[in-house]
Amino acid sequence: MPAKNWPILLLLTVVTLPLLIMCGYSVIDAFTDTAPGSLVPTRFTLEHFRFLWEPVAEARGSIWVATANTFVFATTSALVVTMVSLTAGYALSRLNFPARGFFLAGLIVLHAFPTITLIIAIFLILQMLGLYDTLIGVIVVKTALELPLGIWIMKGFYDTVPWEIEMAGVQDGASRATVWWYLVLPQVQPGLMALILFSFLSGWSEYILPQVLAPGSDARVLSTYLSSLILDDTKADFNLFKAVGLFYATPVVVIYLLFQKHLMNIYGGGTKG
Amino acid sequence: MQLDLINFTKRFGDTTVIENMSLSVHSGEMIALLGPSGCGKSTTLFAICGIHRIDEGQLMFGGKDVAHLPSQARNVGVVFQNYALYPHMTVAENIVFPLKVQKMNRTDREAMVRKYAELVRIDALLDRRPAQLSGGQQQRVALARALVRQPDFLLLDEPLANLDAKLRLEMRSEIRRLQQETGLTAILVTHDQVEAMSMCDRIALMNGGRIVQYDTPTAMYERPETAFVAGFLGNPPISFLSGSGLGLSEAQVAQYGVRPESFGPQFGSTLSGRVTFVETQGREDLFDVRLTTGEILRSIQPAGSGIRLADTVNWGVAHDKLLRFDQNGQRI
Ligand SMILES: Nc1ncnc2c1ncn2[C@@H]1O[C@H](COP(=O)(O)OP(=O)(O)OP(=O)(O)O)[C@@H](O)[C@H]1O
Ligand SMILES: [Mg+2]
Repeated sequence: MPAKNWPILLLLTVVTLPLLIMCGYSVIDAFTDTAPGSLVPTRFTLEHFRFLWEPVAEARGSIWVATANTFVFATTSALVVTMVSLTAGYALSRLNFPARGFFLAGLIVLHAFPTITLIIAIFLILQMLGLYDTLIGVIVVKTALELPLGIWIMKGFYDTVPWEIEMAGVQDGASRATVWWYLVLPQVQPGLMALILFSFLSGWSEYILPQVLAPGSDARVLSTYLSSLILDDTKADFNLFKAVGLFYATPVVVIYLLFQKHLMNIYGGGTKG
Repeated sequence: MQLDLINFTKRFGDTTVIENMSLSVHSGEMIALLGPSGCGKSTTLFAICGIHRIDEGQLMFGGKDVAHLPSQARNVGVVFQNYALYPHMTVAENIVFPLKVQKMNRTDREAMVRKYAELVRIDALLDRRPAQLSGGQQQRVALARALVRQPDFLLLDEPLANLDAKLRLEMRSEIRRLQQETGLTAILVTHDQVEAMSMCDRIALMNGGRIVQYDTPTAMYERPETAFVAGFLGNPPISFLSGSGLGLSEAQVAQYGVRPESFGPQFGSTLSGRVTFVETQGREDLFDVRLTTGEILRSIQPAGSGIRLADTVNWGVAHDKLLRFDQNGQRI
């Protein structure tokens, strides 16, 4: 690295330091006893991870149920978002159907829309449908809110596939469906991977929707599990929070490390709206 | 198989791109759709293969109207300008794709792929992907993929446009060889008149969405119906000039066309002018001569004449080769 980069490196280090310290201490505190407010760890212990093998009183429920719920929530919404985006993105990119312009404009508006302002309306609708306080209800809402971005991104990827490839496929005697499946989908595969991961991570870290729309313990996900620990202010066990937080964040970190390259792709094809 | 396009009209929205066009291609013939950019060549080609809908008119394959059949039901092989190979498949997978779609069994399929790969001479490259091929090799793969399903017609949209000069020469004869060996009826779209003249049995010269002349290359070169046709064919191009420049005056004739090979010292010495441009092409030299009237005549001469820029020359034209056009550009 050239030596004249040092002012930039210094600046970056100073700016990043608080974040690094925070991350560092959530790991350190999770495995040690440290008095609140102190920076000096005392003794190594796995006691803060007791939530993994015994119910924690404050949490009112097992972490494993919450983990399973989070997994189901994130996976289902990721799969549905991806499947719908794959087909809808293709239609918007290639087919000339009535009101195509309206749908395109709608996508952009919805994408930029502060969805949180809809939460009351969504709450009422879910109640009417009997889906309030169920995992399915939150999954449906999350999927619907993720769709505009997903469709837009997939449309961007489809737009980069040359028309001629499809024409050639049709000339070779294949139906539109065969052409899509065998000739077009392989070209947008990077986008597909990125979208699945992206929407899985987005579901994994979702907090507001489960908190408002499924506050009961049956549909609890990890984010609401953690928040109910924190909200119980009779006894604040910061080391426990950090241990749970670490547990919650580990899959995200692992996915980032494993699939970094795929995740970067989402900006590769998606920009060519 | 005979192909007939009858009174074909194509519109995009409100603009009529092709109007009332008729074209017949005999079985086993290779014709060129030749014309300037934007005249509707590709549109015509895409209408024949079914990518564009035919707004009006009939399209007959062997006497059967296919205008309402989808592409998949027309059995036409197309080679696109950028080849449109499937990038994620190997050469073999590319070629076999049309057969897979037809659900041909595996052994037959592999035999066909081998046969056509040998025909276009890419049998050593079957495991490569398109990105690992040169332009000429990609072109051959595209040809094999179009031919492997044994189409009734082969359509080629500017197949040589992306190749360098040497490869273009090679692929020119290669495509013609394939067409003759397979006995296919073929349509070649090109804006390069040399390509059209050297490869095809007949040329349909298009301009502004209409066919202006449809004839064999020789007939079209020697007897162009309009000044546009005369100007489009021939390299180096024909020169147009008025009667006064040639010392001629005939009623009705608005302009004369003189091909470069009909002007030179071998045709007498009636015209005097100054050489304003010399281009050496190795075997031949090309001269621009400015006549006393200010008009320019081109001449092509065997190399070694020793004539240089700014020399004054007294040359003549071959009167029997003169082309005469009236006010509307029609040949008289
Ligand atoms: N999808 C379309 N919508 C509207 N106009 C079109 C469309 N496709 C082609 N055109 C117009 O039709 C005319 C003929 O186009 P075409 O592609 O057939 O030209 P071409 O003869 O193949 O030219 P080139 O040699 O440049 O390929 C052009 O003026 C073009 O602008
Ligand atoms: Mg074209």
